[in-house]
Amino acid sequence: MRIVFKTNYMQDIRPWKDTYQLCLYLIFLALVAAAPWWLDDFYLGELTNVLIWAIAGLGLMILTGHTGQVSLGHAAFLAFGCYANVILLEAGVPFLVAFPLAGVLTGLAGVTVAIPALRLHGIYLAIFTMALSILMDDVIVLAEPITGGVAGKYLGGVEIFGFLVDRWGTPVQFFWLVLGVAVLVTLGYINLMRAPLGRSFIAVRDSEVSAQAMGVDIARTKMISFALSCAVTGWAGALMGMFSGAFNNETFSVLISIQLLMMIVIGGLGSIHGAFLGAIVIGFLPQFLSISKEYVGAIFGGNTVAIPGLEFGIFGMILIAFILFEPMGLYGRWLKIRTWFELFPFYRKDMFKRQKSYLKTERLR
Amino acid sequence: MSLLEFENVTLKFGGLTAVNDLSFEVEEGEVFAIVGPNGAGKSTVFNLISRFYDPFAGSIHYDGHDLLAVKPSGVAAYGVARTFQNIELFEHATVLQNLLVGRHRHRKTNLLSEVLFLPSARRQELENREKVEEIIDFLDLQAFRDKMISGLPYGVRKVVEVARALATDPKLLLLDEPASGLSVEETTDMRWWIDDIRRQMGITVLMVEHDMGLVSGVSDRVLAMADGAKLALGTPAEVQSHPAVVEAYLGKAS
Repeated sequence: MRIVFKTNYMQDIRPWKDTYQLCLYLIFLALVAAAPWWLDDFYLGELTNVLIWAIAGLGLMILTGHTGQVSLGHAAFLAFGCYANVILLEAGVPFLVAFPLAGVLTGLAGVTVAIPALRLHGIYLAIFTMALSILMDDVIVLAEPITGGVAGKYLGGVEIFGFLVDRWGTPVQFFWLVLGVAVLVTLGYINLMRAPLGRSFIAVRDSEVSAQAMGVDIARTKMISFALSCAVTGWAGALMGMFSGAFNNETFSVLISIQLLMMIVIGGLGSIHGAFLGAIVIGFLPQFLSISKEYVGAIFGGNTVAIPGLEFGIFGMILIAFILFEPMGLYGRWLKIRTWFELFPFYRKDMFKRQKSYLKTERLR
Repeated sequence: MSLLEFENVTLKFGGLTAVNDLSFEVEEGEVFAIVGPNGAGKSTVFNLISRFYDPFAGSIHYDGHDLLAVKPSGVAAYGVARTFQNIELFEHATVLQNLLVGRHRHRKTNLLSEVLFLPSARRQELENREKVEEIIDFLDLQAFRDKMISGLPYGVRKVVEVARALATDPKLLLLDEPASGLSVEETTDMRWWIDDIRRQMGITVLMVEHDMGLVSGVSDRVLAMADGAKLALGTPAEVQSHPAVVEAYLGKAS
């Protein structure tokens, strides 16, 4: 176990524990950034997809993981961001303006939604946001002149500083764009969580009454959380649109919303790592399944097994397993394993036990 | 002028009168205790000050301000901090984070400077940290600084709640049963802390407490309540021997 001897407060305020940890993350980032040299185009595309999902996960994590407001409607904001980006691009706005603006607009849309949602808690908020997600489908169809309706819209490459960035034409550039956005969003998120606003999110999540008594304006805090969450989700949506190239009203269905929520639960609610770990599971599971289907098929005489709904069935089972056995998600499991090694042989089973005896506030656990 | 003034405050929940025409004043610099049997309306008085309830009639003034005109989250800005009877800490955060939330009312940075963590945000964090560290020293919480609340024993949680309230830099501290569920030793510690909070920090303390040892030990004045109304008000000794108080607790001699 590394023991960090703290000699000034900046050691707690800066985001990394010590130089060793900082180096570890930088090396990891460098490895990921160098992915085009050690991955073929197919897996680079998959990695890009995972990163986009991770950005969306970070968006939902702000709202659900840190502010404790469950949302099953984030597919609607993905869609909003995606269409906002495309419509702005079609209007001739350069990408470097259109893309940030798409996020800001989605954030504003989030605030509009947050105002009626502020009074709702727990399951009611989940139902409200789920309705939103279903509604978005119809809105896109009805707003056909803007959104292209059922026929959908297409998006080729965009130009950044004269470089063409296109999912199919220049996958490497597109990967770097996505990675850049992911890194920026993560850094902003880390900063937020070490500042008063991020802490007030946690306060609202864990106990609204005492947050209020500490001078945290609950309604305002929830609204800001909605805005930030939706803005980040909007960016993820814009990237998703660029990734798929073509999309219509059915691309961002309510299933995507559920998948998003599942993702952050599997990854670990209330941690930035959780968004990334969950995205890896959600992003690679379909590939893993189709690969393993071939092997399973080979055992039964060469036929590939085709079972409709297999993917969602397995997603569901994984989710149930996590909620039953590891409510803290993959990141929580990793923390436990790490602690086990660090403290060997003094790890106790109850070290991460959640005590619920004094907890009365309503929140998603 | 008194620091806190209750004037003919009445609060009704349906047919139940929780607080009935209650008037009292808390002077600056004193320790003021409220005692009474269960259901007397003691915590309701606290929740009225915290603006969780709107009184049916009457007025509450704090330091010359009309408290009824502010939002629940605005009360802290005046320098009123409180603890809760059933501990209301932020369970899935560390002790340090909990105390730093207490500094929230001193926040000067905005969203943008926090997301970019500009020097102003950094400076503010350092300031907050220094203040919080003073309180950690004062209440002997050093060993728990980086521990999650969810893993702490009950006695420590009680102290962390007081620490969080102190972190707001209050003028008036409301303690809702600070000694309930504490051991004899912990209660003695709490007693010295309340004494120090008043003497060293110059904070006015208003507390609800059942432990008469603690009440008579630290408080200057005691208000006895029953069924939402005032029974007696005076020094601890006066209130303890007041016939109406004896009757409320022990019943009438037949």
